[in-house]
Amino acid sequence: MSVQALPDLALLEQRGTAVRVEDVSMAFGQGQSAILALHRVSLELARGEFVCLVGASGSGKSTLLNLLAGLEQPTAGQIDSGAVRCALIFQEAALFPWLTAAGNVELALRLRGVPRRERRLRALELLELVRLDGFAQRRPHELSGGMRQRVALARALAQEADILLMDEPFGALDAITRDLLHDELETIWSERSLTILFVTHNPREAVRLGDRVLVFTSRPGSVAAEVQVTLNRPRRTDSAEVATLAAEISDRLRSEVRAHGLSHPTKPRFRGRPC
Amino acid sequence: MNRELAGLDALDLAAAPRRSRAARAWSAAWPALGAAAISLAAWQLVVLSGWQPDYLLPGPPAVFRRLADDVRQPAFYAALAVTLERAIVGYGLAVAGGALVGAVVARSRPLRRACGSLITGLQSMPSIAWFPLAILVFGLSETAIVFVVVLGAAPAVANGLINGIDNIPPLLLRSGRMMGARGIWLYRHVVLPASLPAFLGGLKQGWAFAWRSLMAGELLVILGNRPSLGARLQFAREFSDAVGLLATMLVILVMGMIVNGLFDLGEHEVRARRGLTGD
Repeated sequence: MSVQALPDLALLEQRGTAVRVEDVSMAFGQGQSAILALHRVSLELARGEFVCLVGASGSGKSTLLNLLAGLEQPTAGQIDSGAVRCALIFQEAALFPWLTAAGNVELALRLRGVPRRERRLRALELLELVRLDGFAQRRPHELSGGMRQRVALARALAQEADILLMDEPFGALDAITRDLLHDELETIWSERSLTILFVTHNPREAVRLGDRVLVFTSRPGSVAAEVQVTLNRPRRTDSAEVATLAAEISDRLRSEVRAHGLSHPTKPRFRGRPC
Repeated sequence: MNRELAGLDALDLAAAPRRSRAARAWSAAWPALGAAAISLAAWQLVVLSGWQPDYLLPGPPAVFRRLADDVRQPAFYAALAVTLERAIVGYGLAVAGGALVGAVVARSRPLRRACGSLITGLQSMPSIAWFPLAILVFGLSETAIVFVVVLGAAPAVANGLINGIDNIPPLLLRSGRMMGARGIWLYRHVVLPASLPAFLGGLKQGWAFAWRSLMAGELLVILGNRPSLGARLQFAREFSDAVGLLATMLVILVMGMIVNGLFDLGEHEVRARRGLTGD
């Protein structure tokens, strides 16, 4: 039932592959008690593509990102990321609290070996890109959640990675901020032709942002469906077209969750009267 | 869209009223001053109660008069200088050694488990218990004193660093690794700065242990040509000079408090930068 999630072949030919995941499985633990987090996941991203990954909890989405980022090694299968460098953005901004906004971006540049004089300038440019140049000398605790995520984005861009992995980056933000950051991210993505793999719980967010949406199954995670989003950009999260497509994905996710309610043998049975 | 984002930023950062430096200094000072006043009053009351005769337990006025006298004599400064020199040398060595041991031990979890309890054990061992051995090995010498000061302070410093490294949020380490920081670079740019608040706590505790060990040492190891605060205490006791004894005790108390205050200032600064304080 696993889907080979491939980009549009014409697009792939034109731009080349950013990353290819082949038949990747990932288990944690050994023997009987091992938990299979990912089961034969295959997907490919073309350069400059914006791909969203939706799934319920426990679908191994974050595991997949860790594998792509090289923080863990898969149990089986191949990630053809050769010289692909990844930058990862988490739900929490994970900025270093002892550094200013500019300092955080500069550290990323420094670790890439950018010389000192250039660092300062580049950091300011990147902060300008996320419209935080006026807050360069603020420390993370003096910024709002949305601003911190923008600094994290600037820091990730400073790493000049080939692919940007985002793990529910806007999950903890309020709706207005999230909407604005969607616009912002989309602008930066198209201006800089970034390749983005964006993980979310939220089908609307996925449809709002993605060229393609991959629907993940849970336990073990694998790609259950692939939805091409052909709506014109920029899209609005509250538009009817986005809502319709999101509803389809939602249904798909629900049936996925429902299946686990029926077939899970180790779960205790519900004995009371259903209410 | 720019305007919207800028507007949101402005709304998000509603400026909190900031108190002036003087107001903050006063709010920190008055409880301390109040506590000092209460202690002095209690001391005076005990004296007035006639529990002990005047020549054994003099009141604050007599002691402060003696203190004012003492600080005009070169002998006092000679003693203070020797004591401070020992404190600086001993504490300095303890910080260097403790930090080194802490950094090495904190590198791996098994090593932390293995050495952690040993270091904590050393920390809770009263430093005065080291003195017989120190005197046996080094004789009645400067080395004996410094040896015990180092052993008293180093475990606290090491423990502070180990605790700090243990409590680094894993997300920060992950994010550092993602940015390409490995090995010594991860240490320099992520691990050490992230553990700084706890390390400062360890430094402060280490100072308290060092100061205590030093006083114990100076009472036990009195060298003829080296006047010290501890020696002054001992001589005051031998001559039944209760006023002089209490005056020296006050000096020891105040010295400890001053250094502690400096640590508090540093700690507050570090915590404030990271948004870990109330104000």
